[in-house]
Amino acid sequence: MLILEQTLNGVQLGVMLFLIASGLTLVFGIMNFINLAHGSLYMAGAFTAAWVQGVSGSFLLAIPAAVVVTAALGAVLEIGLFRRFYARNHLDQVLVTFGIVLVANEVTRIVFGPVPLRMPLPPALAGSIEIVPGLPYPTFRLVVLIVGLAVAALLWAIVMKTRIGMWVRAGSSNRPIASAMGVDVDLVFAALFAVGAALAGLAGLMAGPILAVQVGMGEPILILALVVTVIGGIGSIKGAFVAALMVGLVDTFGRVLLPPALGSMAIFLLMALILAFRPKGLFPVHG
Amino acid sequence: MLLEVRDLEAGYGASKALFGISFDVDEGEVVTLIGRNGMGKSTTVKSVCGLLKPFDGEIRFRGRRIDGRAAHHVCRLGIALVPEGRQIFPNLSVRENLVMAGRVRPEGREPWTLERVLDFFPRLAERLGNGGAQLSGGEQQMLAIGRALMTNPDLLILDEATEGLAPLVRDHIWTSLDALKATGLAMIVIDKELDALIGFADRHFVVEKGEIAWRGSSAELVADPSIQEAYLGV
Repeated sequence: MLILEQTLNGVQLGVMLFLIASGLTLVFGIMNFINLAHGSLYMAGAFTAAWVQGVSGSFLLAIPAAVVVTAALGAVLEIGLFRRFYARNHLDQVLVTFGIVLVANEVTRIVFGPVPLRMPLPPALAGSIEIVPGLPYPTFRLVVLIVGLAVAALLWAIVMKTRIGMWVRAGSSNRPIASAMGVDVDLVFAALFAVGAALAGLAGLMAGPILAVQVGMGEPILILALVVTVIGGIGSIKGAFVAALMVGLVDTFGRVLLPPALGSMAIFLLMALILAFRPKGLFPVHG
Repeated sequence: MLLEVRDLEAGYGASKALFGISFDVDEGEVVTLIGRNGMGKSTTVKSVCGLLKPFDGEIRFRGRRIDGRAAHHVCRLGIALVPEGRQIFPNLSVRENLVMAGRVRPEGREPWTLERVLDFFPRLAERLGNGGAQLSGGEQQMLAIGRALMTNPDLLILDEATEGLAPLVRDHIWTSLDALKATGLAMIVIDKELDALIGFADRHFVVEKGEIAWRGSSAELVADPSIQEAYLGV
């Protein structure tokens, strides 16, 4: 019973991490751009959702609002700022995106105040479902799990089966030649960035009712997402998915089964172990 | 006139490689850029394709200025590149390498579709599911040409399309290019194989130190061995 419940918790944390890490790994792998502000987009998704829900009283309305707002924020950041940093070194990229993190946190604090916002769930999602006799499991966590898996499948299908996906992959392997074949690579990358941002926003929105919607909520999750990205292999969607589930499960079980000090370290031990044998991650994309 | 290049100056960073290149290509015509390595042939075609922003000069396609425009714009106007070193996307399958470039243009000749490209290069049809990196050199070259055809160009630019291929494969590529010429497709060809070029192309431009040192027809090039001696190191 405990094992089943914790497995579900681990998988659910895993799919949340995947939503965040998928955008991070594509941007990192394809544009060679380290975006520390990705966690801020997660926070933006959570705050947008909490605010829209607070004003309108509707959780359903909060979902598209959070997705659209974070996608737009992502597009604006990419076109207005990050695009100029693709060719710069990683230190410049870390500095500018960390600057965004600080600004985003302060602006959020000024607008919404230091007190965490509440996101009450609508009655239909607030209860529990008995998944096996005698084991109730929160409905919303189950929804998060299903949505995460569905988005993962959709993302895989888009990248692997559509022409847009071909353009993304072609642009990632040889940008000038892709553009010489008629692909507007700038536009494709801006759209990719917006989608990555929207996925982070979606994760933030789904984390809202489970965790607290507060300033700085993006940083701990960003670190986990970076671990996922590195374990999975930078730029690999498949790697991000496998690694996100691994990290989710290891983190969840580590906290339950191991002593507290060791439990919180478990995923970093996992990362060190994997990188020792597979320095480029589980599914390396480039060479 | 299909393509007009006037006083083109271009280079990399601060170092100039082209010092006023001028040449032109007519509808359905095949011209060559010949000359030793490092003389500016590739720089010229990169400038035409929009992969390199020229410092100065004009490039017109069907009378329209295209110099400095983004590569995807130039491609959509009808100029396709078969790049040096083939540059197949290794992380895409053969089919995907073709389909990604596909574009239907309303006007013009019988359009190139996936089916027509596969009819033209049957070898590719047998390897559709393979990754781009798993092909032999000759197959990669066919794929690079097929990929460029998928954009339905009016001008095809081939940069060292037979380089590094076995003689038999090279002959096959030349035969294919002959068939393309017969469809009325204009081409700019950069190649080392002078004998094949003389039989294939209508006019030749010798590129020497970033300038056009000589221009003329195949007959004129054959008639004057001193040109080959002076500029081509033959």
